[in-house]
Amino acid sequence: MTADQPAIRLTGLTKSFGAVNAVDGVDLDIAEGEFFSMLGPSGSGKTTVLRLIAGFEQPTSGTVSLLGQDVTNRAPFDRDVNTVFQDYALFPHMSVLDNVAYGLRVRGVSKRERHAQAQQALETVRLGGFGNRKPGQLSGGQRQRVALARATVVRPKVLLLDEPLGALDLKLREQMQVELKELQRELGITFIFVTHDQEEALTLSDRIAVFNEGRIEQLGTPAEIYDRPVSPFVAAFVGTSNIFTDALSRVLLGRGGIHTLRPEKISIGRTDAALATERTAAGTLAEVIYVGSSTRLIVDLDAGIRIVVLEQNDAHRVSEDERGSRVSIGWGDRDVVALEKSTAVAAEAGSAPADGQPGVPGTGHINGQVIGQSATEPTEPATETAR
Amino acid sequence: MTVDAPAQPELRAVVPPHRDTIARRGSVLLSKHPRLRLTLLLSAPLFWLGLVYIAALAALLITALWTVDTFTGTISQTWTLDNIITVLTGSLYQTVTVRTVGVAVLVTVIDIAVALPIAFYMAKVASPRWQRILVIAVLMPLWASYLVKAYAWRSVLSQDGIYEWLVAPFGGHTPGYGLPATIITLSYLWLPYVILPIYAGLERVPDSLLEASGDLGGKTGATLRLVVLPMIWPAIIAGSIFSFSLSLGDYITVNIVGGANQMLGNLVYTNVGAANNLPLAAAIALIPIVIIFGYLAVVRRTGALENL
Repeated sequence: MTADQPAIRLTGLTKSFGAVNAVDGVDLDIAEGEFFSMLGPSGSGKTTVLRLIAGFEQPTSGTVSLLGQDVTNRAPFDRDVNTVFQDYALFPHMSVLDNVAYGLRVRGVSKRERHAQAQQALETVRLGGFGNRKPGQLSGGQRQRVALARATVVRPKVLLLDEPLGALDLKLREQMQVELKELQRELGITFIFVTHDQEEALTLSDRIAVFNEGRIEQLGTPAEIYDRPVSPFVAAFVGTSNIFTDALSRVLLGRGGIHTLRPEKISIGRTDAALATERTAAGTLAEVIYVGSSTRLIVDLDAGIRIVVLEQNDAHRVSEDERGSRVSIGWGDRDVVALEKSTAVAAEAGSAPADGQPGVPGTGHINGQVIGQSATEPTEPATETAR
Repeated sequence: MTVDAPAQPELRAVVPPHRDTIARRGSVLLSKHPRLRLTLLLSAPLFWLGLVYIAALAALLITALWTVDTFTGTISQTWTLDNIITVLTGSLYQTVTVRTVGVAVLVTVIDIAVALPIAFYMAKVASPRWQRILVIAVLMPLWASYLVKAYAWRSVLSQDGIYEWLVAPFGGHTPGYGLPATIITLSYLWLPYVILPIYAGLERVPDSLLEASGDLGGKTGATLRLVVLPMIWPAIIAGSIFSFSLSLGDYITVNIVGGANQMLGNLVYTNVGAANNLPLAAAIALIPIVIIFGYLAVVRRTGALENL
């Protein structure tokens, strides 16, 4: 095994369904032993990339290499990768043990041997006593672990996980995230994890590829993705962001270009209270939303933009304030990120024609939260320099 | 979006208050009395099933235990097992029973063999558009009369028919009228009844299971043998019950394309008509019923009946 070979290398990978390019020229190297996440909204092409790696779909053009070997034209059963399916895809007519032993069975391993190995794999996912049950008699989390055991018992080089935690409730999902991470460390194999949950991707991954409309919008470590997003799309999709258009940047930041600022980087106080920050702006408190550990404050700045501010509740200074009271916000220059690309979220500014027509005016909703441009600046499309 | 847009109460729809109608009172009564609901729901079908269906079968069994006065031709209601014994021991009845079961088994095997690939193509390969077209194509023969289709096959299989014309250049010949023609025609007639349950069974097998099998290293053969077949087994059994029981009772097709061969249905028919021996006909009719019950008892063990 050569150390410098990437576990997976995609070159110019394209998959078209009719006129639509679900995957559009993706180049990507995934290192061995990496926990790699493909993050994006539904329809961004991340699952299609996964299916192309698994061999369930044939690319329209481009290649898939596994440890230096071109496997583009190989059938799924001829590739050393295994998949954990979104719906788990456990065989309902087989016992849990037979499900886990299936990969060994079709490889001609004797019944005794494969049952022993399957039993061991079940123990690693803490389901040792469930071998005789049918998948239908297990809970969602247990089925999830059976699917993991079934996919890993055949020792694949790469494990593909297609939104495996999507069907689980929050508590179980958090628990399974820890288990996944442990399992990956234990087995030392490459995990490629598809998810639309940005928090899950940030928590688990060594590196993340953010997908948008069939392309990789940004590739980097979780910290890079979160702290240094390259486009309004990434800034808005991963976490919550306040995005300043070119004109607003000139007013608020004193320089041109599109910028973003995370809500938790902003401090807030009464108008008269002196904020010890490099930059300040005045505005009116539009909404106060209590979210347990923190409070989300929505401020309409006088400059004409609605800003989201996230404050830890222990430091909350405007708890007495109500909608309509005057506040001032402040932030440091180093927390403001200049965005290289101008790709916005497809549902709003991105869908505006690039030929100079006004973009969607007013505010947008990203991650269920109000952010974005001012209602008084309707002719400032974020897509004026769209790719 | 402005946060504090003025409220517009006039936009709220006005919900009319409940009116006390007879229909409403009836609904209230029914929702309060589940037993009354059940009675109203089931009385008509239960009456049909009980009186018309079960009672008719019971009458058949009773008739088989009566006898016919050979001089007057009238049924005398004296209890006897003679008819049953005749049917069980008579060499004619034994031969015809074996022949009928043989035909039914062959028709079933042929139908399953033909239906499996067609149903698989319909459920797993064809595009949704083609899927609809194929379902209609499979159902279309059912719109034509049974007799027309049987006579069509008689024409196809005749000495100067289309089959002879088709295979003669390759040195083949039409099987003519006889048991092979009967089996071919019955296979054709019952094919839709076998395709549809298998198609429905395959539809219920998620594509992800086939992908999972391939993903885990299962080649096409292993996937079919270890995943697809066990999962659609109940559907295959359901289809086989249709083709097997329909073949077992048939007597028209064998009359049209079967040459001189007789099946159990023909014996029943002649005993009802020409021989005017209703009790014996009833006794013969019990044979397929017993066979079907035996078959159902066997397939019940496969769990197939829970999926019918």
